[in-house]
Amino acid sequence: MTDAMVEIRQLKKIYHQGDVEVQALRGVDLTVAKGEFVAIAGHSGSGKSTLFNILGGLTPPTAGTVHLNGQDLLALTEGERTELRKRTVGFIFQKYNLLPTLSAQENIDIAKYIAGNKSAPDANFQEVLQLLGLSDRLNHKPRAMSGGEQQRVAIARALVNHPALLLADEPTGNLDTENSNLVLDLLRDLNHRLHQTIIMITHNPEAAAFADRIVHMRDGRIVS
Amino acid sequence: MVNHLVIENLKHRPVRTGLSILAIAFSVTLVLTIVGLSDGMLEDNRERARGAGADVIFRSPTASFGTGGGAAPLNEKLIPYLETQPHVTIAAGVLMHSLQFPNSLHGIDLDRSSRMAGGIRFLSGGPFRQETDIIVDEFYAREKKLRVGSKIPLLNKEWIVCGIVESGKLGRMFVQLPVLQDLTSNPGRITQIYLKVDRPENIPAVVAGLKKNQPDYGVNTMEEVLSAFSADKVPALTIFLKVIVGISVAIGFIFVFLSMYTAVLERTREIGILKALGASPAFIVNILLRESLLLAVLGAITGILFSFGTRYLFLVTIPASMQQKITPLWWPKALLIALLGALLGTLYPGLKAAKQDAIEALSYD
Repeated sequence: MTDAMVEIRQLKKIYHQGDVEVQALRGVDLTVAKGEFVAIAGHSGSGKSTLFNILGGLTPPTAGTVHLNGQDLLALTEGERTELRKRTVGFIFQKYNLLPTLSAQENIDIAKYIAGNKSAPDANFQEVLQLLGLSDRLNHKPRAMSGGEQQRVAIARALVNHPALLLADEPTGNLDTENSNLVLDLLRDLNHRLHQTIIMITHNPEAAAFADRIVHMRDGRIVS
Repeated sequence: MVNHLVIENLKHRPVRTGLSILAIAFSVTLVLTIVGLSDGMLEDNRERARGAGADVIFRSPTASFGTGGGAAPLNEKLIPYLETQPHVTIAAGVLMHSLQFPNSLHGIDLDRSSRMAGGIRFLSGGPFRQETDIIVDEFYAREKKLRVGSKIPLLNKEWIVCGIVESGKLGRMFVQLPVLQDLTSNPGRITQIYLKVDRPENIPAVVAGLKKNQPDYGVNTMEEVLSAFSADKVPALTIFLKVIVGISVAIGFIFVFLSMYTAVLERTREIGILKALGASPAFIVNILLRESLLLAVLGAITGILFSFGTRYLFLVTIPASMQQKITPLWWPKALLIALLGALLGTLYPGLKAAKQDAIEALSYD
């Protein structure tokens, strides 16, 4: 238990769309060790995005147990899930999701500001920035950056508060092959060098192959 | 950091930001212009009454202060009687005939009125020479583009401008008293009589004496008359101002509300991003509130500047009809109105944004 970053047991999530009940997760069991890089693969509707949202504290589970870095997500209030997003989890999205009004540096800084992290940039994060190769692009706004550059800024933003878990949702979905490989190499590098725990959602088998372990989902269940 | 984000948000959408500022400025300008007009027109009336040079006004007991509205309740035979009263040096009767608001035509004895006012300075032309002559002040001449020799149709008669005088002396248009009496079927009748007293310290004695000897008439010092020219002495005007201010707040509120509502819709994804980063609902509302308050301050400043513009427009186009005063005392009130509108207008969109589901917001295109 102490080595587990994520411990999921019989996780269920039910959505209500009008009068229709949608069972997005139908009893998921999953353990992710600290420092592990896991890819969750599956087609649309398999439940992988719902799992991502629950692990990120974006939506509460319906039933089961989810322990993230020792915290029971089922017991968290809305405010506590907000705190979880500030400090425990870092997000990387398919569409980068940078604030268009801010520069790359400011997009990173605002994540620190929201988390109440007033510390000066540490050596670990400087190493991250070096790995990302962003030093000469930090003053540019997203619209002046390529997709690959924007995704690298998003990775820097996700890591600036040293989250216990890095969650990546289709991080290469909007990138060409060259930039996809660059981003995936970076994620693997971060995992190896900094022992960053990463869970990556993907439907792309080539992207999933960069992870230490691949978990397949179908119809709200883990199948392998 | 938050202030920087707020400023960058506003800079990022210059058209929306500009329109919001203009919308708020419009309501602020509306308030300042209406208040400025009411103050300016009252002050103009006050200055012109003061410019008559009288110390005491003798009126019918039922007459109101101001233009007189065209009534002619007094017999002009009172003029020589009043001039014989102790300490009274000049008595000048005036017949006032209301024209299209806010102007009126004054029938005067030019010699007496001029002596009472300490002289009436002609900017061009000169005194009456014939029955159809009319004297106008510089504002009226500018508004109607009149010069000496210009013709003015009034009271079914064509008048010829014989002189243009400096403004601030009793009225804007003057004709000979007997001519106006005849035209308005008021032979021998006048609206009120202005009295000049030899020394200021004798004014109370003159007023007291007239009140005692002529109890059926209204006798007031000019100071009493002038003090009546203020907004708080005119209940209807106070109510009117309150209504206008209320309408301005409502307009400001609707504009800010629409502006902030569309801002929230436009920024659904950004709000989702902030929530994913761990921003609390209070953080989101804080950003939107700061944005709208900044818009309100910029809008209020713009509105104040615009009020100088409307004053200039009135001065150039209709200086005789409308006089707008710049009212700095109302600037903080106008700012408060803008802030209130912005605050109320942001409340609903702000709370809506705060409650927005992060997952739905992130999938918004």
